[in-house]
Amino acid sequence: MDILQILFWVLTIMAIGCALGVVLSRNPVNSVIFLILTFFAISGHYLLLNAQFLAIVNIIVYAGAIMVLFLFVIMLMNMNADTEPQKSWLVQLAGVVSGGTLFLVIIAAISKANLLGVIQPETTNIGLIKVLGQVLYKEYVLPFEISSVLFLSAMIGAIVIGKKDME
Amino acid sequence: MILLEIDWFFILSKGGLIMAIILTSFGVAAYATWGERKVAAVMQDRYGPNRAGPFGLLQPLADGLKLFMKEEIIPTNSSKFLFLLAPFLFMLTALMTSAVIPWGPDIPLADGGFFALQVADVNIGILFVFGVVSIGVYGAMLGGWASNNKFSLLSAIRSASQSISYELAMGISLIALIMLSGSLSLRDIAQQQHGFWDNGYFTWNFFKQPLGFLIFFVCSMAEMNRAPFDLAECDSELNMGYHLEYSSMKLGLFLFAEYINMFIGSAVMVTLYFGSYNFPGMDALAASVSPVIFALICVGVFFAKVTGMILFIMFIRWTLPRFRYDQLMNLGWKSLIPLALFNMLLTGALMLWVFK
Repeated sequence: MDILQILFWVLTIMAIGCALGVVLSRNPVNSVIFLILTFFAISGHYLLLNAQFLAIVNIIVYAGAIMVLFLFVIMLMNMNADTEPQKSWLVQLAGVVSGGTLFLVIIAAISKANLLGVIQPETTNIGLIKVLGQVLYKEYVLPFEISSVLFLSAMIGAIVIGKKDME
Repeated sequence: MILLEIDWFFILSKGGLIMAIILTSFGVAAYATWGERKVAAVMQDRYGPNRAGPFGLLQPLADGLKLFMKEEIIPTNSSKFLFLLAPFLFMLTALMTSAVIPWGPDIPLADGGFFALQVADVNIGILFVFGVVSIGVYGAMLGGWASNNKFSLLSAIRSASQSISYELAMGISLIALIMLSGSLSLRDIAQQQHGFWDNGYFTWNFFKQPLGFLIFFVCSMAEMNRAPFDLAECDSELNMGYHLEYSSMKLGLFLFAEYINMFIGSAVMVTLYFGSYNFPGMDALAASVSPVIFALICVGVFFAKVTGMILFIMFIRWTLPRFRYDQLMNLGWKSLIPLALFNMLLTGALMLWVFK
């Protein structure tokens, strides 16, 4: 085992264990912290693939911004296991069925996917910022710009909803 | 030395460098607390600490010992694990940025290789700094929440929203710098600012990006929770802030991490805008002394600049009054972000049409 394999196994166990922790922990704040750790483990996987830009953007956007907002909301709502209403078994069953269906879809998609085979981190550079920028701004510039317009409209929408009195 | 296909010399040398940097950070932070009290004293026409040792120089040691001796108190209704985790998280994120800062030029080794005075030269150095800043809020947030105290919670929420708001302007002001340098690696940015004067203009980024530096500086002050942006711990409103319930060395870690933040933040600003370890006439000096001595002089210059920056931040603390919270938010969202966008557009336009 070389160091990449050791790191791969450590990160994999961490990612799966923390993902289970997100689902299984009773306290929502603990769930959020497990989710943050999961993002870190996934960023570690990106690093093993030499995709440094993706790794750090994953941390900045998900761990650094979105999860802070999650934590914010949970802290303000003061949720904990005692005040949470117990859901009926029908709702739980519906949750299991819909979740299981999504899982099946993902499994089916992965089994059909055309895997590239093992990527050697020393030779690949698909995740580096230069290569990524070339691909985004040359081949996919239109979808990229359209999605940025989408974000802008979402931002404006949030401001409109957030404004108390629109006269 | 290869075991498990791991180059152990590499790991040991980097480990030594990391230890040196962390110990230096602690030392600088300890004497920054002393320096801050002396600066405050001078500005307020007092003596400042002068009992422990000459000029009160042993005061940081006395303070540390005092904190260690205090009773450890964990509030009954707190979330114990998170309560204990928060100060360490705060300290960890304060120290992590130091990994990508180039502290000096490479030292050539006898076997033709180089020993880099930088822990990791990642090609996304600036983004790494930014990422650490963005996760730096967790220590304060978790600590404030886990204490189960409404003042702590209020302070944690203030701290989090403040740092989210100022991250945006900080990021946009950095984009202008990245457009100039064309690289995200702090090592490249440091090398581009070689010397002081080149091609009829200054090489340091401060002279190319004065507005960008102003925005970055203000945002860094806000991220460090330094006065006048110390709304998260403003004593008159929140008793003490997110570390209200902490005692003993856990409180010490919170207070100490702030000074480490100040040191590392100053080092980042010096690296990005004030020429890193470069100084006027460095080429002439490099020709006349041995490379190791030259590297040490460069490190000394770097630390001199960082000290100047820390002193400047302290002067600001003891000069300006604290913002009100709505003023803080207005400044961040309505002034700094538009200003940063303008700076970015201006830089782009100048690069495109004027300085091709």
